[in-house]
Amino acid sequence: MKILVPVKRVIDHNVKIRVKTDGSGVDLANVKMSMNPFDEIAVEEAIRLKEAGKADEVVVVSIGPAQAQDVLRTALAMGADRAILITVDGTVEPLTVAKLLKGVAENEQPGLVILGKQAIDDDANQTGQMLAALLGWSQATFASRIDLGADRAKVTREVDGGLQVIDVRLPAIMTADLRLNQPRYASLPNIMKAKKKPLEQKTPQDFGVTVEARLRVLRTEEPAVRQGGIKVANTAELFDKLKNEAGVI
Amino acid sequence: MYRAPVKEIAHTLNHVAGMKKALEEGLYGDLSEDLVDAILEEAGRFAGEEVAPLARIGDEKGAVLEDGAVTMPPGWRELYRNWCEGGWNALAAPQEWGGQGLPMTLAVAALEMWNSSSMAFALGPTLTMGAIEALDRHASEDLKKTYLEKLVSGEWAGTMNLTEPQAGSDLNALKTRAERSPDGTYRIFGQKIFITYGEHDLTDNIVHLVLARLPDAPAGTRGISLFLVPKYLVDEDGSVGPRNDAFCASIEHKLGIHASPTCTMIYGDGKYGDQPGAVGWLIGEENRGLACMFTMMNNARLAVGMQGVAVAEAAYQKALAYAKERRQGRAPNDKGADKGDDMSPIVSHPDVQRTLLTMKAMTQAARAIAYSCAHAMDMARLGGSETAAHWQERANLLTPLAKAFSTDIGVEAASLGLQVHGGMGYIEETGAAALYRDARIAPIYEGTNGIQAIDLVMRKLPQSGGDHVRGFIVELRETAERVRGANMPELGETASRLAAGIDDLEEATDHLLSLVADGKAESALCGATPYLRLFSLAAGATMAAGGAVAGSNADAARVARFLAENLLPETAALKRQVIAGEDSLLAAAGLLDVNG
Repeated sequence: MKILVPVKRVIDHNVKIRVKTDGSGVDLANVKMSMNPFDEIAVEEAIRLKEAGKADEVVVVSIGPAQAQDVLRTALAMGADRAILITVDGTVEPLTVAKLLKGVAENEQPGLVILGKQAIDDDANQTGQMLAALLGWSQATFASRIDLGADRAKVTREVDGGLQVIDVRLPAIMTADLRLNQPRYASLPNIMKAKKKPLEQKTPQDFGVTVEARLRVLRTEEPAVRQGGIKVANTAELFDKLKNEAGVI
Repeated sequence: MYRAPVKEIAHTLNHVAGMKKALEEGLYGDLSEDLVDAILEEAGRFAGEEVAPLARIGDEKGAVLEDGAVTMPPGWRELYRNWCEGGWNALAAPQEWGGQGLPMTLAVAALEMWNSSSMAFALGPTLTMGAIEALDRHASEDLKKTYLEKLVSGEWAGTMNLTEPQAGSDLNALKTRAERSPDGTYRIFGQKIFITYGEHDLTDNIVHLVLARLPDAPAGTRGISLFLVPKYLVDEDGSVGPRNDAFCASIEHKLGIHASPTCTMIYGDGKYGDQPGAVGWLIGEENRGLACMFTMMNNARLAVGMQGVAVAEAAYQKALAYAKERRQGRAPNDKGADKGDDMSPIVSHPDVQRTLLTMKAMTQAARAIAYSCAHAMDMARLGGSETAAHWQERANLLTPLAKAFSTDIGVEAASLGLQVHGGMGYIEETGAAALYRDARIAPIYEGTNGIQAIDLVMRKLPQSGGDHVRGFIVELRETAERVRGANMPELGETASRLAAGIDDLEEATDHLLSLVADGKAESALCGATPYLRLFSLAAGATMAAGGAVAGSNADAARVARFLAENLLPETAALKRQVIAGEDSLLAAAGLLDVNG
């Protein structure tokens, strides 16, 4: 079985986010970028399934600027077999990404697509679901455990208030939640080998998809600065402040 | 917590040391700039996320000796195993034995990261690296086959056994004896002290490289041979066999690097085995042991230099983080004036900024020298026979600077970092004191910094009759001219400061060269230590500025400017010490009652 794992290049999770002065978005100039952490979990899961003998090839795909090659190389260094880069400059919305991934899935015919449940830059949490709808495949989102069979899979999902186990028919779309696994570090020999693994370059036209913006960003702003706390003398004062200043009760 | 400065490291490799050019010329085979970045990135991640969190427990619990066995701090065995599985131990090792054969320059950059996250951790593999090199260059094929693969993978570890109680810096006095055995092996008897990682539980076997004297050996250093003495004898099939008669009698209680076991090793005491003596195998030829040791001495000195750079970087990061958090006083330039009586974070006070930038600039100067030294070693090996001698001399020249200057500024930066923490820095909780304690050994071991200064003046300056150092100074001037011609406003007055610093260096160099040529060793040695500092400041500042220009790096230019305008002026005073310090030194030396 072939597993397809889409990965996104996002602002590194350690970077302190700054909003552009004109409010048009987040400042990405000279900022460290890396693989979306949820996608890293997805790559790890695919590699583990391959190591367990349940899959025979892991293909990673990224949609983004030429520099997205770096995150594909990272995935290859972790153990993925080959990579596809669909070069697009500027913002790509989840629906466009899903359409492009549909094209990739139709070419590659994977038994399973594992995505990160969401990207940490826009937190959209839509691509996996949209892709499942476009392909008409089963979906198992927010997975914290995947038991892969030959033509079906049992997936444990993290839902509000507990865990839900579902049984889905393959091929299927799965999205990885935080607790699915702990991604590995790439070993030095694998980093060296990654350089020699195939990386195929594509464009949206190859899939007959036009990249267009359907959403308009009105404003981006930083969260309000946290004010210093104060000590209240007694509960009466606390109630007063909650009621009259904060207006929460 | 330490985060590897991957961008600064890559900048220094590419634009200061000259790695970018070497890559473009194809000297490193398949290696490319993006691959170097990927390696640095992942090494940095492992260092920051996996090694650094275990540094504190290493410092607090330390290595513990019980019944001749050393237990490493909690978590360290697993850490070491994961680190080896990542292939990091094999980075620079020969491909023939399972290594990646990557350049020294890259190995040194990685070494910086391991040392920044925990110097005590990085020390063990540093020793193994030295043992691999010694065996690869000098050992018989049989020994290589038996030991190298496992040393390269990290399954076994290596040590260096030089020091004895009466033979520290001076190996003439070495007493450990070796006797020829009829089967072609040797039997080793004696005691070695200060043996780093001489005993531990990280690996299944420990391969000791031991200097000893044969019964008929000439006196002095011409009568020393090098032997391989494994902790466990190795069976025909390569598996670990019976215990050899070598054991750890005690470990030292030290100021720092608590997790690095510093052992007294006893050979041939009759504790193990049924025949007298620890079984050893000769490496290289009889009585040529010191020559074997010397081939790797440069690398070992550079590796220790990296400890200085590394601790300085870690100290800077820690101090900066604290200075942003801690609020005291009101800085004159604090922009948050509307906050009324609020105190400013101490990082906004000019004096704290000076302290932090001094740490940062010194670190960058030392890193520039050390990486350039590693690059010279690579070029001597790979750059073709025509230039090999030139690059070897360059490596020789830069090695004492890379060792002594880096480790001196390591201690200074750790001390300044502690200072930034104020009273809290003196309290172990912040970790600032631990860095200071760790850093303090580096100017001492692997040839004290005083010996490095002697080496620089007496052996390195006279290379090619002084032509090499003069050529190097010409190169520094060319770099300074490029800085002058660069259109980078961030550089301020850097170019003219560099020119003045290089003038000081040239004058002091000429002075020492003529003293050495006239056989006036005592006069030359009076100024050796200030000269090494002068040389390092001038070279480090020039390299840093040149790199900023070559890489069009505005941040690096700001650091280089601070270095040139605030720290480099010290060269004028140092030059005075070199040229005119002798008389007062010798006059005052009478107070020391030397013969008393």
